[in-house]
Amino acid sequence: MVGGERDTSLKTNPFLAFQYSIIPTFHHSRSGTGDPPSTLDCVPERSVFMLQVILSLLILSAIGALLAFLLEVADSYLADYGERHVLINEEKDLVVQGGKPLLFTLMEQGIFIPSACGGKGTCSYCKVQVHEGGGPVLPTETPYLSPEELKTDVRLSCQVKVKDDLKIEIPEELFLVKEYRVRVERMEDLTPRIKGLHLKVLEPPEGITFKAGQYVQLEVPKYKRTSGPEYRAYSISSDADQHDRLELVITRVPEGAVTTYVHEYLKEGEELRATGPYGSFYLRDSDRDILLIATGSGLAPIKSMLYQVANHGIRRKTTFFFGARTREDLYYEDQLRQWESELPQFTFIPTLSRPAPEDRWEGEKGRVTDLIQEHLSERPNVDVYICGAPPMVESCVELLTKKGVPEERIYFDKFE
Amino acid sequence: MVQIDPGTLFFAAIFTNNILLTNFLGLCPFLAISREVKPALGLGAAVVFVMTCTAVLNYLVYYYVLLPLDLEHFRYILFIVIIAAFVQLVEMVVERFFPALYYVLGIFLPLITVNCAILGASLFLIIREYTFIQSMAYGAGSGVGWMVAIIAVGAIREKVQKSAKLPRGLEGPALTLIITGVLALAFTAFSGMIQIQ
Repeated sequence: MVGGERDTSLKTNPFLAFQYSIIPTFHHSRSGTGDPPSTLDCVPERSVFMLQVILSLLILSAIGALLAFLLEVADSYLADYGERHVLINEEKDLVVQGGKPLLFTLMEQGIFIPSACGGKGTCSYCKVQVHEGGGPVLPTETPYLSPEELKTDVRLSCQVKVKDDLKIEIPEELFLVKEYRVRVERMEDLTPRIKGLHLKVLEPPEGITFKAGQYVQLEVPKYKRTSGPEYRAYSISSDADQHDRLELVITRVPEGAVTTYVHEYLKEGEELRATGPYGSFYLRDSDRDILLIATGSGLAPIKSMLYQVANHGIRRKTTFFFGARTREDLYYEDQLRQWESELPQFTFIPTLSRPAPEDRWEGEKGRVTDLIQEHLSERPNVDVYICGAPPMVESCVELLTKKGVPEERIYFDKFE
Repeated sequence: MVQIDPGTLFFAAIFTNNILLTNFLGLCPFLAISREVKPALGLGAAVVFVMTCTAVLNYLVYYYVLLPLDLEHFRYILFIVIIAAFVQLVEMVVERFFPALYYVLGIFLPLITVNCAILGASLFLIIREYTFIQSMAYGAGSGVGWMVAIIAVGAIREKVQKSAKLPRGLEGPALTLIITGVLALAFTAFSGMIQIQ
């Protein structure tokens, strides 16, 4: 700063006059001499500098704050899109407050679209079909959409803002996805590696509505292996008619965050959280026979489906191939045998791949694929439901298509 | 202080001293959005609005806040902040009332924030010591000039695309720059009418 400039501006400028009127006091108190400075010459450079810094910060913040205020006012008027209608699957009409991304708008309405990234547009799980009112596809979405999806109006719901009335299509089952508070009622060792978890749904009071075969995501709290709550998907093995109960079958996975918690830390009476139901693995209506195939904990959704077959008067011929290693791994056997004796249309065929001598096993030996080879006729009129480890599912699908089962009649759920 | 009446300055900013065609400022959205007339018109209108408003605001802030307080060295940061706030406002308005245009402009609407033509206009009016009325005229004129240029090029490109098959090397920005150059040459013909520095 040049002294000469300052002098001239001082005469004309009220701001600067004010500025200099306080500096001497400042100086005075610091020096402690008691002599009031008479001229501007003794204004110390440092104080002026400090004042200048404070002043500039003030001015910049004031202008920034003013602009922020204006934008905030504008935003409350302009970003207010009023009430908009979202018509889902041509049947459910929601009235929502416009302006927010579709994903969050639906969440507020209690419709949970799966989303792993929290609406940042990176996980691509939150795809829905937007038939009307979504505007053109945004550049942020195109990397995640295939040409086929573009043709069928698929969008990322976290990127589509609700500005107009929308017509969207989501998988029917997402309507029913909710969050639940559950209490562990009972735990049982089904096999040395598999635990059965009996849960009571505490909240919401109406319980859970799911289709036999679907899964829930079970969340366990932070413990010493994890840095925060973790959740994993588990198929429901209980009867879909029991809305206040959930039964899960959980295989111990070495180093698995959630399974380790369940197997080592979880106590009866503890409360957990779960969301669901998810998944499209459930019985489809048709008049064809039903073939169920499972190994390990893949039995869970199948058991739930069998409750449906038993309790809802499904007369379709139902066969269940269950593969285990030894007799020890064959769980829920009593229940399955009981169904077999009660239901004329149901056949249960377990197979052991490595029966121990003490098992005194007289049933089928080998893998489930061997059962398919032996027991299934060529070009069978059948719907197939397979659940278990991916290699088993893949080899079954291959074998079934070779036998002439059309691919669209094979439904499966792979457990990773 | 220059003694030009605001009306003359307005037209000078459009024709003789077109900020795009003589100073070559604000080229990046110009190249991207000049493919067709309609979006060019939309972006041009947005630039006119932002440029006029920010020229006025920046003038006021510079002469009534910064200069009295000896804070002229803060002018860049303040100008940018004001421009940014204004672009934000324009974006909200466009998103709300012209959704189709909003999608066409895409990322280039927020990018007006750092459109150097807009900061350029604000700085020129300080450097050339325009009065308040002159600044307003200059800001509006520069905005309109920028819009005239982008619409002209947009119209030419639209025609060219429809009627001619271009050699691959000339597609996109290449031909746009050539067209712009020719247009700039043509605009020098206006320069005899009046000179502002």
